[in-house]
Amino acid sequence: MKKSLLLLAVILGGCTLLTSAQGRRGSLYINEVMVSNDSNFIDDFGNRSAWIELYNSKFAPLEISNIYITNDRNNPTKYAVPLGDVNTHIPKRQHVVFYADGMPSRGTFHTSFVLDPTKENWIGLYDSDKITLIDSVLIPILPGNTSYARVADAADEWQIRNDKGELYITPSSSNVIRDKNDKIEMFAEKDENGFAMTLMAMGIVFSALLILCLCFKAISSIGAGMHARNKMMASGVENPVVTTKERHEVVDSGEVIAAIVMALHEHLNAHDEESHVLTINKVKRAYSPWSSKIYNMRQIPRH
Amino acid sequence: MTDLSFGDFLWQNVQQFWHFTGFYNATWQHLVMLAVGLFFIWLAIKKDFEPMLLVPIGFGILIGNIPFNTGAGLEIGIYEEGSVLNILYNGVSAGWYPPLIFLGIGAMTDFTALIANPKLMLVGASAQFGIFGAYMVALALGFAPDQAGAIAIIGGADGPTAIFLSSKLAPNLMGAIAVSAYSYMALVPVIQPPIMRLLTTHKERIIKMKPARAVSQNEKIIFPIVGLLLTCFVVPSGLPLLGMLFFGNLLRECGVTTRLAKTASNALTDIVTILLGMTVGASTQATTFLTKETIFIFGLGFMAFIIASASGVCFVKLFNLFLPKAKKLNPLIGNAGVSAVPMSARISNNLGLEYDPSNYLLMHAMGPNVAGVIGSAVAAGVLLGFLA
Repeated sequence: MKKSLLLLAVILGGCTLLTSAQGRRGSLYINEVMVSNDSNFIDDFGNRSAWIELYNSKFAPLEISNIYITNDRNNPTKYAVPLGDVNTHIPKRQHVVFYADGMPSRGTFHTSFVLDPTKENWIGLYDSDKITLIDSVLIPILPGNTSYARVADAADEWQIRNDKGELYITPSSSNVIRDKNDKIEMFAEKDENGFAMTLMAMGIVFSALLILCLCFKAISSIGAGMHARNKMMASGVENPVVTTKERHEVVDSGEVIAAIVMALHEHLNAHDEESHVLTINKVKRAYSPWSSKIYNMRQIPRH
Repeated sequence: MTDLSFGDFLWQNVQQFWHFTGFYNATWQHLVMLAVGLFFIWLAIKKDFEPMLLVPIGFGILIGNIPFNTGAGLEIGIYEEGSVLNILYNGVSAGWYPPLIFLGIGAMTDFTALIANPKLMLVGASAQFGIFGAYMVALALGFAPDQAGAIAIIGGADGPTAIFLSSKLAPNLMGAIAVSAYSYMALVPVIQPPIMRLLTTHKERIIKMKPARAVSQNEKIIFPIVGLLLTCFVVPSGLPLLGMLFFGNLLRECGVTTRLAKTASNALTDIVTILLGMTVGASTQATTFLTKETIFIFGLGFMAFIIASASGVCFVKLFNLFLPKAKKLNPLIGNAGVSAVPMSARISNNLGLEYDPSNYLLMHAMGPNVAGVIGSAVAAGVLLGFLA
C-alpha cells in the first residue's frame, strides 16, 4: 500500500515538473532583440541599452520567475529572473522587455550580461530545471538601432527591422500592428451578402448532424442485432442468423413491450420508479402532531 | 466651517438627497423600459408565457432601469465594476452561465426520440436556416459581420446560446439580443402555428408516424459520448456548450450519478436561470437599450424565428419525397427544429391533435427539438470560429 502511494506521488511529482517545463516551452518566446541601441527604447533609468523582448503566446498568464536568460551556451544560468516580482507574471498574449545592460542591481528586468554588437549573439532561455531550453535565437550582426524580430508574435520566421516602412521596431508590444480584425474585414469584403457564410455554415451544421445520424444508425443497427440474437439464444435457438426484418420484429415492438410490462404490472402488482412512467401513489394523510396545525398556532398567554 | 444656518443646512441636504432620487434622475427612456419590464411580468403571470424566463427578465428590467445618479459613484449599477449586480453579471459577460444552463438541459433532456429515429437530426439542422437567413438580412441592414452573426443566432431560439455568442462577438448588443431571443421563445405558441398551417395541407397534417422503437440503456449512454466526440471534432469552438450539454446527458443516462443529474437539472439550473434572467434583464439599461439597433434586432429576431420554423416544416416536406409511404414524417414536427425545448414540440403535438385527436406527435417532435439544441450550438460554434 505504502509502495503504491509512493509510486503515485513520484508519478504525480514527475508529471507536475514535466507539465511545468512544457508549459513554458512552446508558450514563451524570444520575440524581438535589439543589440545596438543609440536612439531607440529608453529604460526606466533613462539609459539606452540592448534589449530582449519575451512574449507569452498562451491565452493565460505565464509566470517567468526562476527561468534563466543567457548569452552563453556553456552557461545556461547566467541570469536568473528573480522571484517575488509581480511583473514577472506575464498576462496572456503580452510581452516583457529585459535590458541587456549588465546591471542586475537595477532590478528584475536588467540582465547580468551585455550583448556584443560586433559579432553574432546567441540568446537562450532555460527553464528552472536549468536543462530544458525554452527558446533560443542566433542574432546576426546588426546595424545600430535595428532589431531582429519575429515576423509576427511567436512566428518561426525572423526579419531585420529598421523602423522604415512597415518594419516597425516594437519593444514591449505586438510585432504586427493591427488596426482591424482581419477575419471580419475579409467577410465584409468578400461576402457582402452573407451567401458564402450561409453555404459554409449550413454545410458544416448538416455534416455534423449527418455524421451523428449515420453513426447512430450504425450503432442502433448493431445494438438491435445483438439484442435480437441474445433473445433468440435465450429462447433456445442455436447459431441464430438474424435478418433485418427479425431485428425490427424483436426490437421495434414498443407496443408489445408495453403490453408485457402492463400485464406483469397488473399480475404482480409490481411497482417501479422509472422516468416517463406515471406513478400514482396513494396519498396517506395519517395524523401526526408534526403536521397538526394546532401546534403551529401561538398560544395566547393567560393573564 | 461655513456660515450655514441650520435651515440652510437642512435645505442643502434635502436638495442633495433629491438629486439622488429616482424621481429626479428619471427620463422618458427609463419610464419606457420600466413599462417593458412590467409588460413582461404581466405576460408571464397573467398569460403564462414562459414565466420561468419572463419573470426574472421582467423584474431584472425593473432593477436595471431604476434611475439613479450615475455620477455619484454609488457602485450599484450593473455596468459599474465591483458592484453586486456587476459581479452577478460576470456570468453573462464572461459567458459562463450559458454552459451551466446547457449542463442542466442535458441532464433533463431525453434523447430517446432522436436515437430511435436518427434521421430527425437533419430536421434539427434544417431549422438553422433561420440563423443564416437573419445573418444575410442583418448584413443588408448595415451590421458588421460579427454583429450580424450575434443577432442572427436569435433564430436558433436558444437563449443561452444567444447570450454565449453575443458575449463573444458583440457584447454591446448582448442585452437586446438576449431579451429578443427570450421574448420570441416565449412567443413561440403565437408565432409558429400560423406558419405551420400556411405551409402544410390537411392531408399532411394527419400523417401518422410509426411509433419509435425501444432504445436500450447502452445506446443512451453511448449517445452523449459519441455526440460530443463527433460534433466537437467538427466544431471545437462549440465545446463549452456541446461539452456541457452532453456531459449533463451522460450524468442522466449512465445510471450511477442520479444525485448529480438531479442537482444539475433542478437546483443548479434553477439558480443559474434566476441569475441569468435577472442580470440579462438588468443589462437592458435605457441609455444603451433604446436605440435604432435594438429595433432592428427585434425585427431581425422575429424574421429569424419565422425562417427557422418555415425551413423546418419545408425540409420535412422535401424529405418526405424521398421516404417510403410507411415512413413518412408529419411536417408539423418541422417547426420543432428550433431549439425552444419543449415548447415547440408541444405546439407540434397540439396542432396535430387539432386535426386528428388520436395523432400524438409529442415524442416524434422531441427528436428534431433536441437536435435543434445540438444544431444551434454547432451553428454558434461555426459563427464563433469564423468571426471571433
